[in-house]
Amino acid sequence: MTQPLRIGFIPLVDAAALIVAVDKGFTAREGLDVTLVREVSWSNVRDKLNLGLFEAAHLLAPVAIASSLGLGHVKVPIVAPFNLGLNGNAITVSPALHAAIMGELTGDRFDPMATAQALARVVAARRKAGADPLTFGMTFPFSTHNYQLRFWMAAGGVDPDEDVRLVVLPPPYMVDSLANGHVDAFCVGAPWNSVAVDSGVGHILHFVSDILVRAAEKVLAARQDWAEQNADVLAALVRALGQAADFIEEPNNRAEAAAILGRPERIAVKAEVIQRTLDGRLKISPDGTFRESDRYLLVGREGAARPDPVQAAWLYAQMIRWGQTGFSPAALALSKAVFRPDIYDAALGNGHQTRAVSEAIGAFDGPPFDADDIPAHLGAFPIGRRGK
Amino acid sequence: MGAETSPKIVIVDESPIRAAILEEGLREAGFTDVVHISEMHSLLARIYTADPDVILIDLENPSRDVLEQMFQVSRAVRRPIAMFVDQSDAASIQASVDAGVSAYIVDGLKKERIKPILDLCISRFNAFSKLQDELERAKSALEDRKIIDRAKGILMKLKGLTEDEAYVLLRSTAMREKKKIGEIAQSILTASELLK
Repeated sequence: MTQPLRIGFIPLVDAAALIVAVDKGFTAREGLDVTLVREVSWSNVRDKLNLGLFEAAHLLAPVAIASSLGLGHVKVPIVAPFNLGLNGNAITVSPALHAAIMGELTGDRFDPMATAQALARVVAARRKAGADPLTFGMTFPFSTHNYQLRFWMAAGGVDPDEDVRLVVLPPPYMVDSLANGHVDAFCVGAPWNSVAVDSGVGHILHFVSDILVRAAEKVLAARQDWAEQNADVLAALVRALGQAADFIEEPNNRAEAAAILGRPERIAVKAEVIQRTLDGRLKISPDGTFRESDRYLLVGREGAARPDPVQAAWLYAQMIRWGQTGFSPAALALSKAVFRPDIYDAALGNGHQTRAVSEAIGAFDGPPFDADDIPAHLGAFPIGRRGK
Repeated sequence: MGAETSPKIVIVDESPIRAAILEEGLREAGFTDVVHISEMHSLLARIYTADPDVILIDLENPSRDVLEQMFQVSRAVRRPIAMFVDQSDAASIQASVDAGVSAYIVDGLKKERIKPILDLCISRFNAFSKLQDELERAKSALEDRKIIDRAKGILMKLKGLTEDEAYVLLRSTAMREKKKIGEIAQSILTASELLK
């Protein structure tokens, strides 16, 4: 047994590989003594990781980058050797906003350009009528949820800083806030979209995989100095996570995985609701309509667990687009270096990139992402806060 | 804020007792301008209305993430707010996290003015945890006493013992079995339930 490891997590389905790795004994088999610590906020996870109270954590991919760049908080270099999930978020809207968007929709309701343009018409009509701007909840300033919401609505001509309100809302408060009208919509991970639909207060408008084909969501994060001093321990942890991801992706194991995740000390939600997200078959409307997608949440399949520096570059580009930082080649290099496929490959030994870089993101709007020329790439998007 | 005036402090805490303990401590120390926010809905709007120089929030509050939005470029922010803790304050950060509290300050407020507020906050948070532990212990002691009294009653009735003899029997059994008296008493209650 090595030193005991404390690993922080937020109760969300994309912590699946981490929770299953520990609770199914994959970490113990690697000789690791892991204690999972459930946290209530990303700020806590980040601070406890930075302070050394956690050796590793389930972390929002953009927070790992922001922390390494010193944005919004103390600068602490972080490495991400394992991607815990790709995609997995959804945009849920209130029944009233859903009806308004459907009333303005021309085109396919699962086409994000069609819904974003419909949203722009709803926003314009509300402004004309003197109504309050719509409020959208998301989980953290440096979050995929923030960038995904912004990317989607801006494509339809809605300026997320001028035309609507974007507010941070802790995931456990999302459903209540939608029910009592404090927000009109939110973007959050599983299980909260399903909980909103099940309680009849929301409709899932989009899976984020409608907006981006591949989006790095949560990573296993460790402090760079700790990772360097404990390379063997980290490699063992990555191996255990790899085994857990393989276990979860095997359809015959899904029920068992969902039962483990649903336990009170883990995610504390009914196993059936969790399994819906693992299977990518979600109830999207209180009337019982289901929608299936093989891209809803990827825990390891299609190379999802291997960190892709292009994903890190895309997230850094969003920080620039929305005025959270300015562009610099050095910061871009730092951002990309947070994602560590080399550690992943050394631990798991399957180091082949099978995709072309242009397919790495697959956004529905704008030119293919070009990590080598971010300023020019961002120039293709008229709405943004660059240099403001 | 003038140099002589007390900084305005906002306490974000859903626990009214802990907030009261903290507020009292701050007032005693001469920080008279204290506002307690217990309602998490529209938290940012409430904070902007209060217009504080310092914000204190407990670490068990998920709304900590809401405060992160204050550091963002946004039309809602009238002035930049920075987090108090920076790399030079490792000991303070550690103490805050251990106590379960986090502090944020408005940019420009001098650190030496914040230190006493944070120190006080840490000690009051620790005092509150201690109080809670003591309360828990007192509760379980009371619970034990009730159980022991009932077990004594059963022994007195079944074995014709006096109250003192029943207690001595409980205590000697506990010592022999290396268990707490409360545990022995509980097993007597359980056994007597089963044999009813």
